[in-house]
Amino acid sequence: MDLELILSMANATLRLATPLLLAALAGLYSERSGIFDIGLEGKMLAAAFAAAATAAVTGSAWLGLFAGVAVSIMTTMVQGFASITLKGNQMIAGVAVTMLAAGLTTFLGQTWFGQGGRTPQLSGDARFERIILPYANELSGVPIVGPIYAWVLSGHYILVYIAFLAVPATAFVLYRTRFGLRLRAVGENPKAVDTAGISVTFQRYQAIFITGILAGLSGAYFSIAQGAGFGNEMTAGKGYVALAALIFSKWRPVPVMFTCLLFGFLDALQIRMQSTELPLIGEVPVQAIQALPYVLTVVLLAGFIGRAVGPKAGGVPYVKER
Amino acid sequence: MAGSPDTHSQRPDTPAAATGASGGPWAIELEKISKSFGPVRANKDIDLNVRRGSIHGIVGENGAGKSTLMSILYGFYTADSGTIKVNGKAHTITDSRHALALGIGMVHQHFMLVDNMTVLDNVVLGAERSALLSRTLDRARAELIKLGKEYSLEVDPDALIENISVGQQQRVEILKALFRGADTLILDEPTGVLTPAEADHLFRVLETLRTEGKTVILITHKLREIMAITDSVSVMRAGEMVKTLPTSETDPEQLAELMVGRRVLLRVEKQPPNVGDVVLEVANLSVTDRQGVARVKNVSLSVRSGEIVGIAGVSGNGQSELLEAISGIIDPSSGTIAIGGVPLDIRGDDGAARARKAGLAHVPEDRHRMGLVTNFEEWENSILGYETYPAYGKGMMLDIAAARAEAQKRIEMFDIRPADIGLQTANFSGGNQQKIVLAREMDRDLKVLIVGQPTRGVDIGAIEFIHKQIIAMRDAGKAVLLVSVELDEIRSLSDRILVMFDGEIVGEADPETASESALGMMMAGIGQTETAQ
Amino acid sequence: MSARHPLPRWMDIVLLPAINLIMAFTISGLVVLMIGESPLEAISIILYGAFGYGDGFGYTLYYATNFVFTGLAFAIAAHAGLFNIGGNGQAYVAGLGVIIVALALDQTHWLLAMPIAIVAAGIFGGAWALIPGYLQAKRGSHVVITTIMFNFIAAALMVYMLNRVLKPASSQAPQSETIDVAGRVPQLREFIPFFGYSPVNLTIVLAIAALVAAYFLIWRTKLGYQLRTLGQNSVASRYAGMSNSKLIMIAMTISGACAGMVAVNEVMGVQNRLVLDFVADAGFVGIAVALIGRNHPIGIGLAAVLFGALYQGGQELQFSMPTVTVEMIEVIQALIILFTGAMEGLFRPALERSYALLSFEQNAEATRRATVEPES
Repeated sequence: MDLELILSMANATLRLATPLLLAALAGLYSERSGIFDIGLEGKMLAAAFAAAATAAVTGSAWLGLFAGVAVSIMTTMVQGFASITLKGNQMIAGVAVTMLAAGLTTFLGQTWFGQGGRTPQLSGDARFERIILPYANELSGVPIVGPIYAWVLSGHYILVYIAFLAVPATAFVLYRTRFGLRLRAVGENPKAVDTAGISVTFQRYQAIFITGILAGLSGAYFSIAQGAGFGNEMTAGKGYVALAALIFSKWRPVPVMFTCLLFGFLDALQIRMQSTELPLIGEVPVQAIQALPYVLTVVLLAGFIGRAVGPKAGGVPYVKER
Repeated sequence: MAGSPDTHSQRPDTPAAATGASGGPWAIELEKISKSFGPVRANKDIDLNVRRGSIHGIVGENGAGKSTLMSILYGFYTADSGTIKVNGKAHTITDSRHALALGIGMVHQHFMLVDNMTVLDNVVLGAERSALLSRTLDRARAELIKLGKEYSLEVDPDALIENISVGQQQRVEILKALFRGADTLILDEPTGVLTPAEADHLFRVLETLRTEGKTVILITHKLREIMAITDSVSVMRAGEMVKTLPTSETDPEQLAELMVGRRVLLRVEKQPPNVGDVVLEVANLSVTDRQGVARVKNVSLSVRSGEIVGIAGVSGNGQSELLEAISGIIDPSSGTIAIGGVPLDIRGDDGAARARKAGLAHVPEDRHRMGLVTNFEEWENSILGYETYPAYGKGMMLDIAAARAEAQKRIEMFDIRPADIGLQTANFSGGNQQKIVLAREMDRDLKVLIVGQPTRGVDIGAIEFIHKQIIAMRDAGKAVLLVSVELDEIRSLSDRILVMFDGEIVGEADPETASESALGMMMAGIGQTETAQ
Repeated sequence: MSARHPLPRWMDIVLLPAINLIMAFTISGLVVLMIGESPLEAISIILYGAFGYGDGFGYTLYYATNFVFTGLAFAIAAHAGLFNIGGNGQAYVAGLGVIIVALALDQTHWLLAMPIAIVAAGIFGGAWALIPGYLQAKRGSHVVITTIMFNFIAAALMVYMLNRVLKPASSQAPQSETIDVAGRVPQLREFIPFFGYSPVNLTIVLAIAALVAAYFLIWRTKLGYQLRTLGQNSVASRYAGMSNSKLIMIAMTISGACAGMVAVNEVMGVQNRLVLDFVADAGFVGIAVALIGRNHPIGIGLAAVLFGALYQGGQELQFSMPTVTVEMIEVIQALIILFTGAMEGLFRPALERSYALLSFEQNAEATRRATVEPES
């Protein structure tokens, strides 16, 4: 393979891994606190719609982003109210929120914009622009490092950089702060946290608040950065891929990044591989590559390679009374 | 809680006021503490005074209300009424954080540790000084090493909890409390999970704590521990405070008597047993739980037809595991079981079905958790475990009419009220629920009957009936193995008593001749004589 | 331990779902009101569209047929305490079984092809659910996560099969060859002209039979008894000597087989070929159907017709009220799942309290029971 192909694949990998990474990190905060979240897809979808709709009306991508995040947080709070305060079934809450988002976005899109559920095409300031890193052009001539800097690392939307900065930030929060310590504890043994004099409920709401923010960024990325407007079901199941990535990386931030890069690469690969033949292997069906993240996750869950054991208190509402 | 500041801090009518260990001021004063869970009164007007710098024991049977009382002091539950004073000042303790701030720390029976975090992380959890951890952790590490040396509580601060022994985990719990500046430490059944060597070490630690001026409250049911280490002791029974005494002025016999109380022994009319051949033979049975702790240690016993063998013991000494292993619910790690000389293979997740087929009926200790499906209708529970039997339908189909008819017959036979086989089981009273289980297990062709806690949570009226039924099984020539934490029940029903302590059978006694206090001492692990007279 | 007073059956199975339904419809109505349309008018359009004339009613029943199968699939697993949200994938893969049989036998007679296709759909759908069941029973992998993953794996698998294996050489579209008329399941309109051009077909008889069979399975067989025991109290089932792992696998297989029947309806009765994404979201509608139907065949039958009516009426609504799209139905469905499934805690405690206050006898009974409860 030639250099240009490799560079463009690397670039595409970063681009495609970004929404997965943001969403998987979103899920990490929630699940580490003991709230299983199969509603990531719904929050992303709601955010994607809210961001595009606001950007279309106001002409500002930043206002769009803000609206997307706000709506994602609201959606998360509905789910949280059911799961934490009402101690309801977390799985059902996730399914309901996803379905609600899928229905409402298309419905409101049609009602407000009359374009079959799509929002108007975004242009100019209503959509984020790619950021050219400093001296990208000048350095592109430098062997090896230059092209990587100019063509792989430079020229992405701001959300891409935010996503990758969120990884060390999350690792820091999780392992180096008081908040992170309590977060990890409350997902493993909420009673230990309770007897230490910390409110389990408040800790969990704080966690899912961050989940809302990150899922909102992920959703907004689809409609006001990567895409120029919202379309039906635009997140296309990426929320579940992110969930798979989270499980595959055993709920740890840095492995989450590598898993999302792997899944992003697989995505880039299947786009490029549509009807191309590989040497030796022959033609690999793209569907096999599409299914790979899910298959890998199931295999891991089954304990055939390593073992993915989630936070111990995950999925179980905390009830203090005996 | 009525928070009226009470000025006279020493009340002459309090027995412990007579002498304390150091004669120091009161560290903790509880006055008229009451707590109900729903209609259950777990604590009734409890008074308790503990001197600063002493080790104070609280003893009582299971369910006496010890843990509830201490959870109130620690702020985990809020009392319905009563006053709590710490160091002479009245406080309304709202939560655990408040209790910790007042210098009260607690080591729970089930450790409150996060398994996949380090010792250090667990120690600082909830006591972090700032938003960033690094400085807290550095300080805690130094403090931990210092405390470890001072009280011989050395633990590797960077070890994960899941990788250290239970004894070490308990040290972490104590360190957690000390790190938070606790000067009063509550320990709830601390030796239940420890090896004897670990327990001895713990006692030395507690003595050091006392020397340093800390106050220790020790909840236990083991009288040996009370005698060995405490300065004063309070006895609780059925949610009430019975008596507080200086340890030096009492002895295990008196405490055992106070614990179980001078209740009227329920006399059950029974004929002398007509004992036949050995039916149930258990040999060298051992059970290890998921955490790798040995629960039943090399137990051998046999039950002959026409006799009731009672296993006495304080709960948590392996009786539950013994029953569950014999009846095929949990897999023993070693040992054999035979019924009528035929070895029984009870391993695997349908072992209980094979045990039943071999003629073993089992009334489990906990009917809600195990013996009944409380959402089922009465008749449905009447076939639980026997649902595949031909009597309830040929092939795949369930013969509901047959099952209902049988349930109807049993409801009359066992006088189950209300006599409605269609009623949801949750709507029956405890005694009637127990009768549903008993009827199901007894009213069939069986060789061995295993009964756990037959009258736990059962109204007085039903107790006599249940006892008569058990006697009737014995008189019909069945081999009956009975486990109960109610000593009265064991004494009045059994033809032979085995005492279980710490997973082992520590002695055998004759119910006619053995005194209550002698049995109580065996149950508490003292004087392991082969035969108590 | 707070003393809880269980509700009487009628409250549990009628009043509570009714309150939740009303909540869902009220909120949906507010949304409709918000966009400036009349909710009452919308309801009357939906009702007319779903029941008012032959074609509409036929479509309602056609949708309901699918929802009965997926609702039962969810319910049977739920009775065993399992949360199977893989109905979509199971139905999708079952399409393979149906099309293989249908194309092989479409020169004979539907009376021969249909029963064999039903068996094939059951085997394929059941197998697709058995794998997550096995992984749950033997390896402890959470069935919720694995069934989600299996939905996506099924989607990829079916795209591959349709594009590479089943697509006739002459065709461009990713779909199988058309089933010959002789092998198709007959449409109801062939016997009852009332149904106009609607696609409701004889598979509806299978759906009714499935409801009856499910009732018998759950409440009249020994297996059903064991599944319910497992679902209610897995410690009690172990005590009783049932093999919990075997029961989990059986429950999942039956559940998947039920979902697989959607393929019979769609492939042999409606599309007459295997097409991409023929399941639509029937699997997820099944969750709502089972939740609102309280996992009981009668409830599921009624809820399936309710949702069939909403889906058909929703199409009609979109037609006469262009501002209200058919996705409104999805919103209602999501709200129903939210209120009946996840927010049960919203109304139940209040209902239990008020009931306990009203019923002195109940109260006294609860007290008597609770006073003898042991301390744990």
